[in-house]
Amino acid sequence: MSTISTDQVDAPSLGGRQVGRRLRADVGAVVGVVIVVAFVVVAALAPLVVRISGHDPYAYDLAALDGTGAPAGPLGGISAGHWFGVEPLTGRDLLAVVVYGARTSILVGLLATVVSVVLGVVIGLLAGYFGGWADRLLSRATDVVFGFPSLIFMIALGAIIPTWLPKSALIVVVIGFFGWPPIARVVRGQTLLLKERNYVVASRAAGAGPGHVMLRQILPNLAATIIVFATISIPGKIGAEAALSFLGVGVPPPTPAWGRSIGDAISWVQTDPMFLIFPGAALFLVTLAFNLFGDGLRDALDPRSASLRR
Amino acid sequence: MSTTDTGSGTGTVPGAQHAPGVRAVRARGYLRFFGGRLLGMVLVLLVIALISYAVFYLLPANPAQLSCGRPCTPDRLAQAETFMGYDQPWWRQFLSFLGGLVGGRTYGTGAAAIQCGAPCFGYSFRLNQPVTELILDRIPVTFSIAIGAAVLWLLIGVGTGVVSALRRGSLTDRVLMTGAVAGVSAPAYLVGLLGISLFGFTLNMVPVSGYVPLGESPVDWAWHLVLPWLVLAFLNAALYTRLTRGEMLEVMGEDYIRTARAKGLGEGRVVRHHALRNVLIPVATVFGLDLGGLLGGAVITEKVFSMQGLGALLLDAVGNLDLQVLVGVTLFSAFVIVLANFVVDLTYGLLDPRVRTRAG
Repeated sequence: MSTISTDQVDAPSLGGRQVGRRLRADVGAVVGVVIVVAFVVVAALAPLVVRISGHDPYAYDLAALDGTGAPAGPLGGISAGHWFGVEPLTGRDLLAVVVYGARTSILVGLLATVVSVVLGVVIGLLAGYFGGWADRLLSRATDVVFGFPSLIFMIALGAIIPTWLPKSALIVVVIGFFGWPPIARVVRGQTLLLKERNYVVASRAAGAGPGHVMLRQILPNLAATIIVFATISIPGKIGAEAALSFLGVGVPPPTPAWGRSIGDAISWVQTDPMFLIFPGAALFLVTLAFNLFGDGLRDALDPRSASLRR
Repeated sequence: MSTTDTGSGTGTVPGAQHAPGVRAVRARGYLRFFGGRLLGMVLVLLVIALISYAVFYLLPANPAQLSCGRPCTPDRLAQAETFMGYDQPWWRQFLSFLGGLVGGRTYGTGAAAIQCGAPCFGYSFRLNQPVTELILDRIPVTFSIAIGAAVLWLLIGVGTGVVSALRRGSLTDRVLMTGAVAGVSAPAYLVGLLGISLFGFTLNMVPVSGYVPLGESPVDWAWHLVLPWLVLAFLNAALYTRLTRGEMLEVMGEDYIRTARAKGLGEGRVVRHHALRNVLIPVATVFGLDLGGLLGGAVITEKVFSMQGLGALLLDAVGNLDLQVLVGVTLFSAFVIVLANFVVDLTYGLLDPRVRTRAG
C-alpha cells in the first residue's frame, strides 16, 4: 500500500514453505483466502449455481413485481424461489444477477491486473536495467499517468468508443493501463539492486545479453514481489470496474455487474433497500477479502512490514 | 519524486539557527527546485493534452455529423465540419486548441462566428456555450465536495494513525486498524447510499441531495455537504490511517527521537516537532498521487447525492455524445490535478529541505 517504503525492501528470499506457514498463522489472511476462493468458485460455477436456484440472470419475471414495479412481498421479494429477492422493474432473480456479477467483477479485476503487471514489469525492468534516459522517461511517464484524471478519462472514453469495439475488453485495458506505475516503480528499484549482484555481473561477464540477464537472472528473483503487488492491486481494479458500472459507463448491459446494480439501487434505497444490500455486500466482501489476503501475503514475504503493522 | 530515504535518521533539527548567507543559498536552491518543477508541470500538461486529443480525435466519432441536423446532406456536413474546425488535419486542430487555451479562438467566420474567450477549453455546439463557462458553472459543487473531504480525511487519517501508533497494541489501536481495513475496502457510493438511507431517510437528520451555493448561505452550504464530506473522507482516511501508523512506528524508533527525549523534551513536543514532521512527508507524497482519485471520488459522490457538478456535466455529455465537453472536462481535470500536485510538491520541498537539493 505504501508506495514509499517498497523502494528499499530487499527482494524477499524466503522459501515457499516458510511463506505458507506465516500465511496460515495470519487469521486475517486465512479469512481473506477463504472468502476469495469461495467467490472464485461461485463465479466459475455460476451456471451451476443458477441451475440449482432455478433462475436465469437474463429472465424477466414481471409476475414477481407489484403494480409500482417494486418487488412483490417483503424484503425485496425474498422467497423460497428467489433467495435474494428480485430486481425492481425487471423481476430478474437477484441471486443470479449477483452470482453472474461476481464473474464480471473478478474477471475484469484479474485481467486488468495482468495488463498492469505486464506493462509495469516490462517498463520497470527496462528503466532499472538500462538507467539513464530510459529511467528519466519512466519518471516522466509516471508523472503523466498520475496527472491523468483516470476515472474522468475512462468515462469520456467509454462514451465515444465505436460500438464494434468490444467494450468490456477496452475497460480491462484502460483500467490496467492506469495501474502500471506503482509496479514499474517497485520493479525498477529491485532491478537496480539485483543488477549489481555477483551472479548477474558474472553472467554479463560470461557474455550474456541484456535480454537474457533481465529475463533469466533478474525476473525470477522478482517473482515474489510481483505476486504481492499484483494481489494488492486487484481490489483497486475491481473497485474501478464497479465505479464505472455504477456511473453507467462500465460493462454494457444486460451483463450483470455489481456496480450497475448498486447504481440502479439509488432510486430504490427507500422502497427496496435489499436491492442495494446484496450486490453491495458482495462487492465489499470481495474487496475486503483481497485486501486481507494481500496484506497477509506482504507480511509473510516481508517480515519488516509485518513487525510494523502489529 | 524520489522518496527513498524517508526516516533514514538525518531528520532536520527544528529551530536550528542559520547564518544569513546560508539562508540566501537555501532560497536560491528552493528557487531552482521551483523552476524545475514548473517546467516539469508544463511538460506533463502538454503530453496529457496531446494524448487526450489524439485519442479522442482518432476514435471515429464525428461531432460534426452529430450536430448537423436532419436531413444531413453532405453539403451541410462539410459546412458544419469547416465551422467547427474538423476539416483540418489533427495536429492543426490540436494547435488551434492550444492556441485557444492561451489566447481564445473564434469558430467559423463572418456573422455566424462564435467567440470563445481564453482559456478556451472548447465550445459545446450542443449546449451553445463555451466549455469553460460550463465548467466554471459546475466547479463550485465539485470543489466544495473535494476540498472539504480532503481536509477532513487528512485530519482524521493522520490523527487516528498517530493515536494508533502511540498506543500500539491497545484496544484503540486494534479497533482503529480493523476499521481502517474495512474502510479501505468499502466503495464510496455504497457507504454513501447506506448513509443516505440511515441518516437521511430513517433518522431524517441531514439533507440527502442538492447543493446550496456558499455565497447564498454558508450554513446551508455546509449542512448539505456534511454527508458527502463524511462519506468520502472516512473511506480515504482509512488509507492514511494505515500509512501514518506505519511511518510513525518507524520514525519513533529512530535515533533522533531518542536524542530528543534524552535532551529532556516532553513527549508531546517530541511527537509534534520531531516525529510528525517526518511522518507528514510520505503522507504529502501519497496525497499528491491521490489527487486524481479525489476528483474521481467527487464525481461519484455527486452522482450519489444528485448534485450538479463536474461529474454530472460529464455524464450528461456522455449521454449527448458532446465530444467538446468530454475533451474539455478531461483536460481541465488534468490541469487541476497537475497544478494541485505541483503545490503539493512545493509543500514537500518546504517540509523536507533535503528534497530541494535532489530536485531534477
